[in-house]
Amino acid sequence: MANKMISEIPLPKSIANVFAARNISTAKDALSLTEFELMELLDVGLTEVRSALSQISEIVAPPYQTALSLMEQRFQNEHLGGHFPTGLKGLDAALCGGIPFGVLTELVGPAGIGKTQFCLKLSLLASLPTNYGGLDGRVIYIDVESKFSSRRLLEIGLRSFPEIFQMKEMAQEMAGRIFVLRPSSLSEFTQSLQQIKVSLLQNQVKMLVIDSMAALVSGEHEQGVRRQQTLSWHISFIKSLAEFSRIPVVVTNQVRSQSHDEASQYSFQEYLSCAAQSRDGIVETPTRYDSHLVAALGIHWAHAVTTRLVLEAKSGQRFIKVAKSPISPPLAFPFHITSSGISLLSDEGMELMGPEINSIHCQGHNEIINFRMESLV
Amino acid sequence: MEIWRLPISASQRGKLISAGYTTLSSLSSISSSDLARESKVSESEALDILKFASHSHSGGSEMSSGNCSIFEGAQNAWDMLHEEESLVHITTSSADLDNILGGGIHCKEVTEIGGVPGIGKTQLGIQIAVNVQIPHGFGGLGGKAIYIDTEGSFMVERALQIAEACIGDMSEYNRFIRKDFQACEIRMQPKDILGNIFYFRICSYTEQIALINYLDKFISEHKDVKVVVVDSVTFHFRQDFDDMALRTRVLSGMALKLMKLAKKFSLAVVLLNQVTTKHTEGSFQLALALGDSWSHTCTNRIVLYWNGNERYAYIDKSPSLRSASAAYSVTPRGIRNSSSSCKRIRMM
Repeated sequence: MANKMISEIPLPKSIANVFAARNISTAKDALSLTEFELMELLDVGLTEVRSALSQISEIVAPPYQTALSLMEQRFQNEHLGGHFPTGLKGLDAALCGGIPFGVLTELVGPAGIGKTQFCLKLSLLASLPTNYGGLDGRVIYIDVESKFSSRRLLEIGLRSFPEIFQMKEMAQEMAGRIFVLRPSSLSEFTQSLQQIKVSLLQNQVKMLVIDSMAALVSGEHEQGVRRQQTLSWHISFIKSLAEFSRIPVVVTNQVRSQSHDEASQYSFQEYLSCAAQSRDGIVETPTRYDSHLVAALGIHWAHAVTTRLVLEAKSGQRFIKVAKSPISPPLAFPFHITSSGISLLSDEGMELMGPEINSIHCQGHNEIINFRMESLV
Repeated sequence: MEIWRLPISASQRGKLISAGYTTLSSLSSISSSDLARESKVSESEALDILKFASHSHSGGSEMSSGNCSIFEGAQNAWDMLHEEESLVHITTSSADLDNILGGGIHCKEVTEIGGVPGIGKTQLGIQIAVNVQIPHGFGGLGGKAIYIDTEGSFMVERALQIAEACIGDMSEYNRFIRKDFQACEIRMQPKDILGNIFYFRICSYTEQIALINYLDKFISEHKDVKVVVVDSVTFHFRQDFDDMALRTRVLSGMALKLMKLAKKFSLAVVLLNQVTTKHTEGSFQLALALGDSWSHTCTNRIVLYWNGNERYAYIDKSPSLRSASAAYSVTPRGIRNSSSSCKRIRMM
């Protein structure tokens, strides 16, 4: 809609000609300028500029829907009202049905915690027919770090859904629905994304997994803020892709250590703590998460994802926490990894207070890795 | 010849005509000193003439109090006070938050609310979109809401939850306080509340600008809209612009239009903003996104932040409220007071 041509919009002939003469061909060009700038550029009066802009705006503006009709539409047309059940009962209950369609869901955690395992399980689930809780469609798995293991995928399938995967043709059919892309650079990734957008709907792709987003930029030689800006186009593109196709998009993210000059406060917070200190004698410690790990990719990315699931290990036990969600309270579920993928040890989540939900722990993790390796053999 | 209609003396009239001023409109844009010089009358006479001219030109129809205003289109502060006092505020469902806001979100003003991801901006936005519909009998505006979603964070299930809780609260209120008043029975259903939220999904900054331009016409056709929530105003402006100066101009244009909307239709505009890091005084600090020039454009600015284990809201900028912070919480029923016992409202 933004790239609508001015020529297609029913404007009075005189002003349409002036727009064309000044090389303002799309609605985007016209709307990016202020009224005053347009007056000067087109050499017409304010009223004419205003009426032209209001006509263009009316056509370019998206149509409205009441929240009620949105809800009814989603429940009628989409699987479970727009949610993809993960098979983890407690998590699905917290997320009101499962991973939401049309928005980004992020899995973040330290290395080896189980993000890729979770992604494998989800890809498998998505390929299954709907009576098994799946989306009955194709899955695109963008595997940046070459972690996708088809052997492990089939093992998960065999253990979780033996009735399907024991039959070779069915296993082939299901595994055949998962398409793995291995871009070796950011530019290849960009190209793949653009191709995907074009062919998404006609190829019945029902889920997109990107594993991992952080690895895409770690290869590029830029630091800090520049690194975040590199991804900003991709963030916007992936969001719009998720939006228009209404599919769940799962993205994994890495962790990094928090640097000491990390911004953690607003300027007025210092005032408030000083004022409180001088008045009450209470010293308030600045809000700093006690773990030294934070999610990579920065705050812009953190704003862009709608649901953030943090996977961490604390005192030897792994937890999956709903750190950011429009619908779920901040709950943590203990989980473990078995031969049939990820499963929750308890469907009752523990509610965590405060910014604790966002912190990422990595305690007692190494023992678990060894344990897992042994159990898989 | 309209000059004949002015209550001035014949000689003054004659001087005006010989100087070339024959119609009232020719007198509308001239200063008294110029008029005095050109038509050879004294300054005070020129002032009187202009006063008469402007009074008969406008017909005195715009003044609400009946006495003629010296400056056309202006309203004096006393009349404004009466208007401001009669405006209802939109409650946030947290009494502490309402307190520091002076009753709630103000109509006829643009309020910007920003915070880190996960602090509850969308939750507050949805709560406001529901609370604006609280009927007059319960102290609300009984209006409709426009929700402009730029990021896809609006979840209908959550809106339904909040709507149900709101109706639940109203029924409670009914039971405890208005035992004898059967008239104010609640006929609203959660689905009705959802039906009164007009949802727009924006996918680019062009659409955002176009929609805000179009809102004037839309709200003229849906006169009971009382709040416009934009969630978030930042998203599309953070990545698509290479020309920062253009971004600033476009953003100020947008802010101005929103302000005009707020004033024209007496509604509240709530803009949700994201957070970025800013390098000031040798250290990195958190600040609301979109830059320094944007921070001037909104009337009120509220920052949501974490303080220990609690969510707090801080009035960063307001023409009438003092800087204060209050705790709030996000519950399954929506935004509510913080349950902590050691909460306190801190004034600056």
